[in-house]
Amino acid sequence: MLSRKTLYDKVWDLHTVGNLPGGSTQLFIGLHLIHEVTSPQAFSALEEKDFKVNSPERTVATVDHIVPTKSQERPFKDSLAEEMLKTLEKNCKKHGIKLFQIGSGNQGIVHVIAPEAGLTQPGMTVACGDSHTSTHGAFGAIAFGIGTSQVRDVLASQTVAMKKLKVKRLWFKGELNKGVFAKDLILHVIKILGVKGGVGFAYEFAGPAIQKLSMEERMTICNMAIEGGARCGYINPDETTFSYLKHRPYSPQGKEWELAKTWWEGLSSDKDAEFDSEVIFDASQIEPTVTWGITPGQAIGISEKIPNPQELIDSDVDIAEQAYKYMRFNPGEPINGVPIDVCFIGSCTNGRLSDLRIAAQIVKDQKVAQGVKAFVVPGSEKVSIEAEKEGLDNIFRSAGFEWRKPGCSMCLAMNPDKLEGDQICASSSNRNFKGRQGSSNGRTLLMSPAMVAAAAINGHVSDVRKNFNKSE
Amino acid sequence: MSQTNFNEQSFPKGPITTVQGRCMCLKGDDIDTDRIIPARFLKCVSFDFLGDKVFIDDRFEGKGNHPFDQDINKGASILLVNKNFGCGSSREHAPQALMRWGIRAIIGESFAEIFYGNCLSLGVTCATLPAKEINSLMNATKSNPSQKFNLSLLTKILKGKENTWNINIEKATYEMLVSGRWDIANTLLSEGSKIKSIKQKLPYLNNFKNI
Ligand code: SF4
Repeated sequence: MLSRKTLYDKVWDLHTVGNLPGGSTQLFIGLHLIHEVTSPQAFSALEEKDFKVNSPERTVATVDHIVPTKSQERPFKDSLAEEMLKTLEKNCKKHGIKLFQIGSGNQGIVHVIAPEAGLTQPGMTVACGDSHTSTHGAFGAIAFGIGTSQVRDVLASQTVAMKKLKVKRLWFKGELNKGVFAKDLILHVIKILGVKGGVGFAYEFAGPAIQKLSMEERMTICNMAIEGGARCGYINPDETTFSYLKHRPYSPQGKEWELAKTWWEGLSSDKDAEFDSEVIFDASQIEPTVTWGITPGQAIGISEKIPNPQELIDSDVDIAEQAYKYMRFNPGEPINGVPIDVCFIGSCTNGRLSDLRIAAQIVKDQKVAQGVKAFVVPGSEKVSIEAEKEGLDNIFRSAGFEWRKPGCSMCLAMNPDKLEGDQICASSSNRNFKGRQGSSNGRTLLMSPAMVAAAAINGHVSDVRKNFNKSE
Repeated sequence: MSQTNFNEQSFPKGPITTVQGRCMCLKGDDIDTDRIIPARFLKCVSFDFLGDKVFIDDRFEGKGNHPFDQDINKGASILLVNKNFGCGSSREHAPQALMRWGIRAIIGESFAEIFYGNCLSLGVTCATLPAKEINSLMNATKSNPSQKFNLSLLTKILKGKENTWNINIEKATYEMLVSGRWDIANTLLSEGSKIKSIKQKLPYLNNFKNI
């Protein structure tokens, strides 16, 4: 009989330990990633109950949220940050957990380092106390964020209680146009389906436009599945996936590589798999997309105007009113041309090497507009090292950008990088919530790293497609 | 019998069939988790000190008159609330703070879903009553704040000095609490041998090495 399963079904079944009262499944976790912010309470809870770590060899730690990006000398100036890192170091040592430490060449944002080390692989379940764990789904893994007590549960048992999601396939025909990127695609999806469109679902991103994307672009897309309400997003593994993984430090080698690849090839959703729901998009219709409000769903194409309440569905009007007020934008105004104070390139959405390469291409031989503060924060030490090898740091520096050390930085300001007052920031990160970037009236416009670079040069939001045409 | 000092109370453990102690009232609808515990306390390495921080900003504004500051409420173990209690951000710090302050059961008109689930995972009972009865319960508490209540999960009856109330507890919640299975880490761990056998079957842990 022909199987009609999705990748999600297959991976779920393989990891199911049993059913729990209340309709949850006890699910085995293949890779548990931890960081300094959500793990300490979980470790204390573990100790309160006298539990041991079940599978320290399946657990990997790093430090990213609280690290300063100017100088990473220890002890950190912020004593609370220092205490958080010390606690992580102590817990990892005590329980025999690998820690990708600052200066090791492996440190960085948790969702950047695990893929680049080859830790994240197709067919795994990946959990981390961080909502953007959906990123790892780009490899055909089932990856989701968990809360602190679930971190404790995974530490204790290597399993977690989870309800199975439905699967919604988002099919992309066509191809992205020049100057339009993965970030635009996912902002467009959230704009159309809304921030709650994926609640209760895993998103399967598929179709010719997705197949053409590199692994780094795929990670950008899955990273923001959660911003559309989908706890998981995934892409079926293919040759692009396999060639990315080949020769990574934690990838299988030699004979084992062949075994792995054969297994990975069988994981994709079956040809006539049944999806609970499906939406079709035309990738060629997507233009550079920018958020204008206080949720990632409040996004518009660069040529569009900030919507009037009359154009919105009823349930969106309330939050739109809040957004006009907070952002101090008027309905009907174009987004193109909005002056910018700060430009941030980085985060687990867009802090990878290809992101920095594209941004560097835009800023090369240009200057950051007067009065704009612009900075680049590589997503990991590896990204930083590679970028410096290629001379990207010099391109950015001579254009007037600051070149920082890896960390989450101004994606969420749990470290010294913060907006001040009501500054407007063009940001390659993933959340534009009120106060997200560290100032209670700071304003965030989400966009692709290329668009951030263009905004830095022009001093205002602008259509990066023009820069691409110029450079040809 | 002397009052239990909330600092010495042990945290919920095993099957939970009764909650005893004094009630305290916290009026108002839509009290969100940010009020229960402000976001700045998320940047801490342990839940241990959260008990003192519960409603810290509201208490500061209340200048000693907030229910969580009133002497008469010290050591209370049952919190009475109104509609949609615990809405907003999903932070587990909110029920942790309440639990560490000494709260073991919350009775209200309704609860926000995630908050409700987080309470269950700590063994804190959330029960509901219609608005009218919440009012009568709040009034009874206010007229005699030192009276002891007995909340029996088995009979679903809350008994005060003079009156009783028939409380509602969701079936699944009830089953989890009285069986002790709310303590999910223990439940998960009890499947040790099945976990092992999955570990021995997964291709990436056996046929080829990952880490
Ligand atoms: S970069 Fe931002 S979204 Fe990503 S893990 Fe760090 S704080 Fe979270």
